[in-house]
Amino acid sequence: MSVSSLPPSGTTPLARREARLAWGLLAPTIISVALVVILPLLAIFWISVKPIGLADLRPTAPIVRESLRGSGEDMRIEYRLRNSSQEQAIGNVVLEDDLPAQIEFLGDLPEECAVQGSVLRCEFGTIEGGFRTRLKFPVAAQNKDEAEELVEASAPRVSGDADNILTNLTFTAENFARIFDGEEFWEVLGVTIFYTVFGTIGAIVVGLFAALLLNKSFKGQGILRGLYLFPYVAPIIAVAFSWLILFDPFSGSANALLVQMGVTDEAINFFGERPLALIMVTVFEIWRYFPLSFLFILARMQSIDTDMYEAADMDGASPFQKFWYLSLPQLLGILSVLFLLRFIWTFNKFDDIFLLTGGNAGTRTLTVNVYEQAFAISNIGAGAAVAVVIFCCLLGFSFFFFKFISQEEGL
Amino acid sequence: MSFLRNGYVTAPLLGALWFLTISSTVAVTMSFATGDAFRPSVILSLFWGVLAGLAVIHGRTVAKIFGVGVGAIGYLGFGPMLSGDVLLLAAIIGHGAAAGFGVLGLLVILDSVVKGPLSRHEFEAAVIRFLTGFGYIFFTAIVLIPFYVMVMTSLKNQSELLQNPLDFSLDLSKGFGLLRSYQELFQDFNFGTYLINSFGISVVTVLVTLAFSVLGAYAVARLRFKGRAAFSRSILLIYMVPMIVLALPIYIAFSMTGLRNSLFGIVLIYPVTTIPVALYMLQGYFRGLPAEIEEAGLMDGLSRLAVIWKITLPLALPALASVSLYVFMIAWNEFLLAFMLLDDPSKFTLTRGIASLNSSEIPRQHLMAGAVIATVPIMAMFLGLERFMTKGLTAGSVKG
Repeated sequence: MSVSSLPPSGTTPLARREARLAWGLLAPTIISVALVVILPLLAIFWISVKPIGLADLRPTAPIVRESLRGSGEDMRIEYRLRNSSQEQAIGNVVLEDDLPAQIEFLGDLPEECAVQGSVLRCEFGTIEGGFRTRLKFPVAAQNKDEAEELVEASAPRVSGDADNILTNLTFTAENFARIFDGEEFWEVLGVTIFYTVFGTIGAIVVGLFAALLLNKSFKGQGILRGLYLFPYVAPIIAVAFSWLILFDPFSGSANALLVQMGVTDEAINFFGERPLALIMVTVFEIWRYFPLSFLFILARMQSIDTDMYEAADMDGASPFQKFWYLSLPQLLGILSVLFLLRFIWTFNKFDDIFLLTGGNAGTRTLTVNVYEQAFAISNIGAGAAVAVVIFCCLLGFSFFFFKFISQEEGL
Repeated sequence: MSFLRNGYVTAPLLGALWFLTISSTVAVTMSFATGDAFRPSVILSLFWGVLAGLAVIHGRTVAKIFGVGVGAIGYLGFGPMLSGDVLLLAAIIGHGAAAGFGVLGLLVILDSVVKGPLSRHEFEAAVIRFLTGFGYIFFTAIVLIPFYVMVMTSLKNQSELLQNPLDFSLDLSKGFGLLRSYQELFQDFNFGTYLINSFGISVVTVLVTLAFSVLGAYAVARLRFKGRAAFSRSILLIYMVPMIVLALPIYIAFSMTGLRNSLFGIVLIYPVTTIPVALYMLQGYFRGLPAEIEEAGLMDGLSRLAVIWKITLPLALPALASVSLYVFMIAWNEFLLAFMLLDDPSKFTLTRGIASLNSSEIPRQHLMAGAVIATVPIMAMFLGLERFMTKGLTAGSVKG
């Protein structure tokens, strides 16, 4: 009998069972991520080629109101039927209502309607957009109040087949034409690039400086480290409004301070003027996210071998030389990872600018533009088109991400 | 550059910069504390700083006498910091602090600086000590000032602040009256409910996230299967998707299904935004745990799930704590989805509630009181568990 010296190849039942278990354990994550992340991402592409506004989210449907009007001879039931949409037609519109036994119809029914047993049924066929009509049924009843109660006790039912703009097959390229049209798009792109590049570099440089400060042990180091993380940990809405109040042109302390120090005579509208507003939101971004880079850089610094510095001391290297020739090369890895990650997240940032300026005064980035188009201008399709643009940029970034980060982090 | 490396150049130069730093810091601090007019004078700061630098290299005693002198001159109105019409006590404290911190700081900074030429080491050490001092002041100021303004604005009323935006001094005789805006938020603006909503949502988010991500992280860290590497990479990709891009379709879907305006809808979404981060952080930690103990458990007849529950989880408690804290923080601070999906004031979370206070009809102290209410719990938690937090944040290359 010949014994193979190689390990068994192919999948063994044991390995298959392990793989099955693994996918089982991952299933909840995969399913939820697919539902909340992947599906919306696909939806964005679909919506971006649809002519859809905010108002179209309420599906087109026939709407009916029933009331008892008049009294005595003139008493009548009125149904007011209308199409909720101004443009969309609705097919097969049918109105049904139960008739109370105590109420008697007088006169002829309109041609659309017929009574079967105690049910009134009216068929309207297709109604156009903006359609509205009023059906009057003269009735006789003993007591008006009683009759009113009876009539209103049974709600009329109405049904119809409307085309849903989200699911039909009407497509348009107008959304993309619209967002790429004119200088606005290039301005938005320029603002985004400025904000992303300077926000990222600023946060890393400031973080590096903070990490250098705290890279020694002394009493109170822990407290300072905790303190320097505050901007990152506090809720964005709280710090954004604090900044707004601090830099308020009329009653802000910063302006009062500058005036008192003689730096400026007039109050400066920090978040309302071009190009100051853009600089301010970038400064805010740096302020809020330097703690993150600080934390990462500090962690890396503390893992650098101290032997090297001792050797450098023996060789008579000065402090700046040690930083430049020893620390910085060691930190290069984490710095480039941070740059890439922060670049992408700054690019994605929405809340900060939205809360500080609402995208006014030349601070509208791509992400703010999504909101602006979809909700301020009520054009969801155009908002989705901007989102598609963002997504394509991100695909490019993530290519870099995998190319470089995977090596750095050893993933 | 070598001409800089001389005690007679280095000392005055650093002295001038340091005095400018200190006089600005003290002026801002005193203004914020008293609301009175303190301002640094650039020219006088530089002038006194140059002299102080020279005094310091001539010995400690000279420097201290010089310091007392600058304090006195400051009080007379020609020091590095100028004060307008202020209280006597404030003036004494202010000028004393400016001169004192200036000279004492310089004594430390210029410790290695002597008269005459300096070695490269001595020079750079002095510059680094200056930068260190400057750095501590700079960072502490930029971090504390916004929070100081937040807290103090919440305690003052609007007209007081409009009169003098710098005056943050509190009228302590009001006692609990200072907290009026907080009381009104809880009584008239439902902030009690918002606090409970936010807390509930955050806790549920943490629990759901942990339940999902522990299983996933274990699979990625321990089990062999095809596509493991691809999976652990693509989980990172989820980080890269901006929330606003997802928020739009989610808004549409929720509008159509009636999930908008319900806390249940929010709880459906929040965990999914945190699961990838949590999974990534946990799998890194799981990999570091010794596999032998788990194998022993398997040999003894435990099932995989029992191994996770009885062996892996107890060993990973510190990681679970950091992940929970981090996820709690994300859920507590989340603004965008809450803002877009919740319209009904009875169902707001804290962040959504604060956003609703941002109107011209509601006084600013209410807005800031709301901000304080949202900030204090997360800060308290964070300071108490800072160690876990810093570990957790760095362990998972965390999202910002």
